[in-house]
Amino acid sequence: MKSRMVFLLLVILVGSPVLAQQLTIESWRNDDLGIWRDIIIPAFNEQYPDIEVVFAPTAPAEYNAVLASKLQAGTAGDLITCRPFDNSLNLFLEGHLASLNDLPGMDNFSDVAKSAWITDDGSDVFCVPMASVIHGFLYNQDVFSELGIEEPATWEEFLALLEAVKADGTYAPLVMGTNDQWEAATMGFQNIGPNYWEGEEGRLGLIDGSVGYDDAGFVAAFEALAEWQPYLTDGYQAVAYPDAQNLFTLGLGAIYPAGSWDIGTFNPQVDFEMGAFRPPPPAGQDTCYISDHTDIALGVNTASSNQEAARTFLEWMTTAEFAELYTNQLPGFFTLSNHPINVEDPVAQEFISWRGECETTIRSSYQILSRNAEVNNENDLWNASAQVLNGTLTPQEAADFVQSRLATWYAPQQ
Amino acid sequence: MTASHYRPRKGLGHWGQVLGTHAALLIYTAFALFPVLLVVLNSFKSRRAIFRSPYALPNRETWDLIGYQKVLDGANFGLYFRNSLIVTVGALLIILLVSSMASHALAAYNFRGNTLMGLYLAIGIMIPIRLGTVSILRLTVALNLVDTLWALILVYVAQGIPLAVFILTQFMRQVPGDLKDAARIDGASEYRIYTLVLPLVRPALGTVAVFNMIPIWNDLWFPLVLASSEKSKTVILGAQVFLGQYVNDWNAVLASLTLAMIPIIALYIIFSRQLIRGLTSGAVK
Amino acid sequence: MNSKRRKPFPIHIVVFLAPAVLIYTLFMIYPLIDSLRLGLYQAGEGGTEVFAGFTNYRTLLTSNIWAPTLWNAVKNNFIFFAVHMLVQNPIGLFLAALLSSRVVRGTAVYRTLIFTPTVLSVVLIGFIWRLILSPLWGISKDFLSFFGLGQFNQPWLGLESSALIVLSFISVWQYVGIPMLLFLAALIGIPDELIEAARVDGATGWNVFWRIKFPLILPTVGIVAVLTFVGNFNAFDLIYTTQGALAGPNFSTDIMGTFFFRTFFGFQLQPGNPIMGATIAGVMFLIILTGVLLYLFGWQRRLQRLEF
Repeated sequence: MKSRMVFLLLVILVGSPVLAQQLTIESWRNDDLGIWRDIIIPAFNEQYPDIEVVFAPTAPAEYNAVLASKLQAGTAGDLITCRPFDNSLNLFLEGHLASLNDLPGMDNFSDVAKSAWITDDGSDVFCVPMASVIHGFLYNQDVFSELGIEEPATWEEFLALLEAVKADGTYAPLVMGTNDQWEAATMGFQNIGPNYWEGEEGRLGLIDGSVGYDDAGFVAAFEALAEWQPYLTDGYQAVAYPDAQNLFTLGLGAIYPAGSWDIGTFNPQVDFEMGAFRPPPPAGQDTCYISDHTDIALGVNTASSNQEAARTFLEWMTTAEFAELYTNQLPGFFTLSNHPINVEDPVAQEFISWRGECETTIRSSYQILSRNAEVNNENDLWNASAQVLNGTLTPQEAADFVQSRLATWYAPQQ
Repeated sequence: MTASHYRPRKGLGHWGQVLGTHAALLIYTAFALFPVLLVVLNSFKSRRAIFRSPYALPNRETWDLIGYQKVLDGANFGLYFRNSLIVTVGALLIILLVSSMASHALAAYNFRGNTLMGLYLAIGIMIPIRLGTVSILRLTVALNLVDTLWALILVYVAQGIPLAVFILTQFMRQVPGDLKDAARIDGASEYRIYTLVLPLVRPALGTVAVFNMIPIWNDLWFPLVLASSEKSKTVILGAQVFLGQYVNDWNAVLASLTLAMIPIIALYIIFSRQLIRGLTSGAVK
Repeated sequence: MNSKRRKPFPIHIVVFLAPAVLIYTLFMIYPLIDSLRLGLYQAGEGGTEVFAGFTNYRTLLTSNIWAPTLWNAVKNNFIFFAVHMLVQNPIGLFLAALLSSRVVRGTAVYRTLIFTPTVLSVVLIGFIWRLILSPLWGISKDFLSFFGLGQFNQPWLGLESSALIVLSFISVWQYVGIPMLLFLAALIGIPDELIEAARVDGATGWNVFWRIKFPLILPTVGIVAVLTFVGNFNAFDLIYTTQGALAGPNFSTDIMGTFFFRTFFGFQLQPGNPIMGATIAGVMFLIILTGVLLYLFGWQRRLQRLEF
């Protein structure tokens, strides 16, 4: 028994041989492990059989902390999945991400696509944009036809529809919880908000200081969010993200405030037809706005000993082949490249069609405003949005709270 | 312990006491086990049955091993078990060896700085070792131990030493000095004396083993940071990654929870006899 | 050194101590000091670190940004600790008293089963309880309805008023095995003669327990209290698994461990701040040290006086 133990310990000591051309990808997308392993990497290896690629994801909540520790110690993988804006910008400024200005194929991306992974002065781009995600609402078509209701075109119709589902009493009108907080901010506030703060105008106004979170548009967004409260699932204060997903896919709810990435998760689980509608603007407003958020990109770790192979992989990621694979294998992640891609999934198709109908913007807190550590705009929005839905803050109080915290450190807002 | 056992009279009051004690213990045991059993029970059922009838035993209609199938297809749990076992057993053996040696030095010899050394070795109980993560990571890089199970073993040994030395020293102080002196007269070396003392504190070693085994087996943080690649993943990390991947797939979630619980419960049952012997034979009272 | 008159330090003692001291110093003390040291520095020009004395500690304790978060975490941590002291340890003592009473057989089985939750990972425990309390599965509602209390069911983990208390109870549920075993060990160790003598004098079980047994296990009460204190102020995993690093709702479940983690490593878009993180860890260390010293010099001294 003891000698076997010693033997086992020796086995670990010797370890496994290291291949010369092995790339490890750090990522928070552990949901996509199978698709990378079985489809994307084999497709890459058809052209580059000598480069072995390992997709090594960490759970989203721990990704930043674990990546930061590994980068500091020099043990991180060769390719780093980039969060948008400041998180990756800091990694670049600290010298962990390489500049990709000269990477062939970067001209397949528009300036807007690259905007989330570029220095403030625009001189260096450091990640290859992979995909954006779009917010909207998924609904259960069976429930809609059973109750005789239709997709709403305006906010007022939306509320009337929720009232109708509630009056019927069989289904939860709006399936979302506030336990994890981020859904309240991301699927709630940032989903419906752009219609009220007029998309980019409001977002850029926050950055240059011409408007604040306590101005009309943003307060109106919190007010609209507060109107959801009567229609949320029973006990929504303790409903976590996976709980909400289960409620919806088990057919117990009517409408699910979604990120487009949910499509891919839900498809194999639902036994009803899913439909989608975009965040409905208030009656009388002609322009609609959607959140088409630059979400995910890939960069090279400067400490990697396989720079050549890493760049080869990134170059491949700029091609139409990768864009096609990624968009259609992961429905709900929409390529940021200029390649014309035919989106196969009907629900994903619906989401991407809104790009032609509405003005697009990204989440208000992501660029510059969440640069600060302890007073962090994104965290404050999570907290405030969840509290508005929980009824512990009024919309005005929430707006004032977020604004006053931002003003503690952000000069243009002081 | 003394040989005389107090025997209460077996009257009506006695049987009332017996029933009351059993009832109280049974209720609490049920309370302790209910959540665990609920998970195990439902891991064998279909997704709808989990929601519709969570308390029912799985029957022919609801019996479904899809969760286990997904776990076995989606994650290499066999390898993870092996890794966890190597790390836990390896760290335990080293903790027991080095701590018992240090405790022997503290308990048997009255050298300069004895008290200070005891205090120094106890400081570690007070600070979360997680705080030193980045330094530990740099250290493992410098020692070329990144992504090996050795990195984990060494960190766990360092983490386990304070409590182990604390407990073992107290037990070793109770070993009578005459015994050591007699051995010395017989010409035994100081090292030989250590090997004579060791079997006398076996229950204490069992106690230390159980108290260290639990946090080592269950740790998520250091596997995540020090050894997160597929080849060196531990069960808890594997289960956590798996949970993240299938977080809304309750079959898979419950199956992986069940698989992650069973080995540690089995290990505990194996060691529990030693644990109680160790606890009841002195020191900690 | 002026120790020439003494014998040279015996080599076998060095051999016995060396392995433990080396591993412990290298993998625990050095990393901890290296990290705590950071709390005394501030970021200077071009990524350098400048010694700043206790400036960071002053910021943490007094600034409008940091102080309210810190005191909130300290307050919550004391509530967390209070629940353990008032619920976990008395239940542990009660169970130990039952198990040691020698009235019933099969105590080993009870003891093993009751200890089961203690051996499980907090990741699993958090997950299990979140499922059970989830309004989706409705277990807690069914449970209360069984006792006719269905209307009192609430989304406890989501309410500011109840989330921390409920999480404390989950932690109590998991860890009650530890005080139980320690008390049990102490109770079994009490010589039978003492108890027999009291019985002969006509004392009831209740009296025997409080007059004879309890005073004798006071040292264990102290050890349990200090272990609880140290454990609770290092706690992190349970809150993190169930409520996330933002310890919601509205930071009502934020304790020192989650505050430290969020600050040191960052969270989501929030960048990590190792310097303030190390400062928070320094405060944690001081709180725990104070508790341990109070135990050593308050409780133990008084006990010694009582004994002699």
